[in-house]
Amino acid sequence: MAEKPRLKLPTEAKKGEVIEIKTLLPHVMETGLRKDKDGKPIPRKIINKFVCEFNGKPVFTANLEPAVAANPYMQFRAKVEESGTFKFTWTDDDGTVTTADEKITVS
Amino acid sequence: MRQLSRRDALALGVSGAALTFIGSDERASAAAKEAADSIAQFTGGKTAEKGKVSIELPEIAENGNTVPLSVSVDAPMGADNYVSEVIIVADGNPNPGIATFHFSPLSGKAEASTRIRLAATQNIIAVAKTSKGEFFTNQKLVKVTIGGCGG
Repeated sequence: MAEKPRLKLPTEAKKGEVIEIKTLLPHVMETGLRKDKDGKPIPRKIINKFVCEFNGKPVFTANLEPAVAANPYMQFRAKVEESGTFKFTWTDDDGTVTTADEKITVS
Repeated sequence: MRQLSRRDALALGVSGAALTFIGSDERASAAAKEAADSIAQFTGGKTAEKGKVSIELPEIAENGNTVPLSVSVDAPMGADNYVSEVIIVADGNPNPGIATFHFSPLSGKAEASTRIRLAATQNIIAVAKTSKGEFFTNQKLVKVTIGGCGG
């Protein structure tokens, strides 16, 4: 695990601007429906939750099912009124939590 | 034994495909019911009004393993009236759920994109819920050439 997430968002924005954020976390998103060579089911292992917060306030949350493709990609919007930090959190079925953050300057 | 002509082989292939189609149709209706159930659970039995929600998907997905999906809701995102949740369900996957997006006034716009897996040609249904308790829905058919669920 401990794969590095990829983030794409502007470092600067105007007050009140709605910015676009793109994130991707390398992850297998094993559905739990596949079987291995011996016919044994491969246990489910997915990122089941993605959270984006800005200065501690929730912006966007996604609950994911196995129908989300491998390397979960998320693109969404955020309205920025002040400078601060975006915090991104991915939660794995096994409890592993991956986090990343990015600062933005709002003028 | 007579050798199979190209035309015969083609005809065999077509009837074979038709047979599998009937088989998958039955499965599809069960999946459609599950999808309808999960929507009913989300709306609490209320009927969602058609419109305001737009779904962007390729008309034909060649690879069901990763299909780009975008959902947006044409509704205000004010502090006291905003789109709070959007659920995405599929009516032909092994499980109906795909994802649930939670928005907030800080989202600015109720719009999100991701990439999904689709087992077969099917409808993708999105239902949006506003903070005032209104529901909006829309659906889109996507044709899948190669299903993306392993097996």
